[in-house]
Amino acid sequence: METKAAESNKEDEPFDPAYMIMHHIEDAHDFHILSYTNAQGEKVDINFPLPVILWHNKGLHFFMSWTFRQPESVVPFGDTYLRLYHEKIYYTDSDGTILYNENGSIANSKPLSFSITKNVFSLFVGCLIIFWVFGAAAKRYSKRGGLAVPKGIQLLVEPIILFVRDDIIRAQIDKEKADKFTPYLLTLFFFIWINNLVGLIPFFPGSANLSGNISFTMTLAVISFLAINVFGSKHYWKHLLIAPGVPFIAKIFLIPVEIVGIFTKPFGLMLRLFANITAGHIIILAITAMIFIIRSFAVAPMTILLSLIMISLEFLVAILQAYIFTLLTSLFIGMAVNEEH
Amino acid sequence: MEQFNSTVFGLALIIFAAAFGISRIAQAAMEAMSRQPEISSKIQTAMIVVAALIEGATLFAIVVAWLS
Repeated sequence: METKAAESNKEDEPFDPAYMIMHHIEDAHDFHILSYTNAQGEKVDINFPLPVILWHNKGLHFFMSWTFRQPESVVPFGDTYLRLYHEKIYYTDSDGTILYNENGSIANSKPLSFSITKNVFSLFVGCLIIFWVFGAAAKRYSKRGGLAVPKGIQLLVEPIILFVRDDIIRAQIDKEKADKFTPYLLTLFFFIWINNLVGLIPFFPGSANLSGNISFTMTLAVISFLAINVFGSKHYWKHLLIAPGVPFIAKIFLIPVEIVGIFTKPFGLMLRLFANITAGHIIILAITAMIFIIRSFAVAPMTILLSLIMISLEFLVAILQAYIFTLLTSLFIGMAVNEEH
Repeated sequence: MEQFNSTVFGLALIIFAAAFGISRIAQAAMEAMSRQPEISSKIQTAMIVVAALIEGATLFAIVVAWLS
């Protein structure tokens, strides 16, 4: 889908690296592939179109996101109008007015959106890879039996699964209880790892900042919070709420701290993944932006070298963050379910 | 001269303290591993857990510094 920018590209337009980086970090309603200046001097953007799904007047409405890319940018929608403003959809009037309240935030109301955005699209790509790899491996196991010599894709996934099961999960959770949590924790590990890797692909199907999105990490942290506390043993709750054997004065301070601790553990999980992945994307983009800031080919070799080093480091961070998230979740689950020693 | 930016100053302090804390953990873990190589995987796990806890506090401070 090609759209022409409303104003022609000016050569002396200053390049704003902060805007470019923030635009990449945030979610978007279309997947930008590339833009170029054609023979007429117009700037042409090539976007992958994504559907917009809105809940309005007790019904779902589907349309494609390129509707918002027309020059007038205000879309008539039933008895009202819609406008895409900083990648969020707002109700507006026929002039596309955006109102601000006194503390500077936007006062227009928003429709409930279930749109397939850039991040959701990236999530689908990650899920497809997971289903493809693990579906193929599972088929081989069911055909050849679990004890046969591994072959093909099994050779790739079996050592990693065994590492996660034996060195992360069973090392933290008592043996007889570990198997109940193994499916969730394995899914968590591979889901975070593969989505981190998809985010590191610098061109079209990848490159979305999915695992550096706070809603994504929050969902994982909420599921981990439930896994920790729903299966918590009587012993865990007794130590948390009554704290036997602690003097009364200490209890007054200890019990509130413990209760806050229930919530700060998953909060830390959420922030850690979010901050690490977002920081990685920002650093890689900032290094790339150096070329456009300095506007010289002479910096390109240094930038490419630095990007190469950073991306290699991000490959390490991708698996390290998946490892830490899984390790800490299984550690917290272990603290909650393990028997008294 | 540019205006003094207290957020950036705070972030620099946070990073300094976090790097100091994590490097102390790494130092202690390395020493322990060289003395007891047979339990190095256990030490490594404990090292990562403690480093992650420090990192959690650091990230919390970074978010507070950013929002204020």
